[in-house]
Amino acid sequence: MVAGIRYSDIAVGTELPGASFPLARVDLVRYCGASGDFNVIHWHERSATSVGLPNVIAHGMLTMAEAIRVVTDWVGDPGVLVEYGVRFTRPVVIPDGDHGATLDVSAKVTELLDDNCVKITITASSEGQTVLGKAQAIVRLA
Amino acid sequence: MPLNADFIGRVYPVSAPYLVGREKIREFARAVGEKNPVFFDREAARALGYHDLIAPPTFATVVAMESSHVVMFDPDLGLDFTRVVHAEQSYAYVRPICAGDELIVSTMIDNIRTVAGNDMLTTKASIDTVNGEHVLTATSVLVSRGADS
Repeated sequence: MVAGIRYSDIAVGTELPGASFPLARVDLVRYCGASGDFNVIHWHERSATSVGLPNVIAHGMLTMAEAIRVVTDWVGDPGVLVEYGVRFTRPVVIPDGDHGATLDVSAKVTELLDDNCVKITITASSEGQTVLGKAQAIVRLA
Repeated sequence: MPLNADFIGRVYPVSAPYLVGREKIREFARAVGEKNPVFFDREAARALGYHDLIAPPTFATVVAMESSHVVMFDPDLGLDFTRVVHAEQSYAYVRPICAGDELIVSTMIDNIRTVAGNDMLTTKASIDTVNGEHVLTATSVLVSRGADS
């Protein structure tokens, strides 16, 4: 699954294929177990609302992990990632029910750097509201 | 009570080695919805030049979990865990984490500042193999909301 994306094919403004990721309660529970982060605000509604949250919220780190898939699926080899960083600006609220919420991710090339590297700026939103700020990745292409 | 700024530069003891397991990588990759075979299939990983499965980009959070708890629950630092939110996270990679890696985490407090009554704590964790190969650096910003906010 080498996508064969080359530095010479890329320009500032090149858009990556976007994606939408469903997030339901069960996904949060699964991430609790896989990551070791069992903070109650990610799985226990009464605890979440008692600290002023509208409902259970997704782990910021889960949102971060989903968002980068738009970049790593585009390049094919996730090992070309040089840097990845985000700010958690707004929680992804996960209502009860089978469908939960949706994370919508888009990304585009915003800078060409030395050494065949490109900077990609990622936009992640849920229910129309941006949930990550300053979400950027640098990848080194062939 | 504000965090003690004297803790800037504090270096925590190096963690016990974390052995990266193939099944843990698969479990984590499934939990973050990954489909890329390089996280599941050794042949796919080998085809890209890796000797075994590689881990998704945020897998470092699993490796560093114990170390971040040591900082968060350090009674001398005085972070009120009930008021803490994760504000920022970034990674600088030398290479991806790979199944079979035996990793140690060295955490330091990079900065402490107060913004609009909220304490902001920046930690840097260097993740290296037990043989001294640097793999990545993880930078986290935690915010402890002030009592009045």
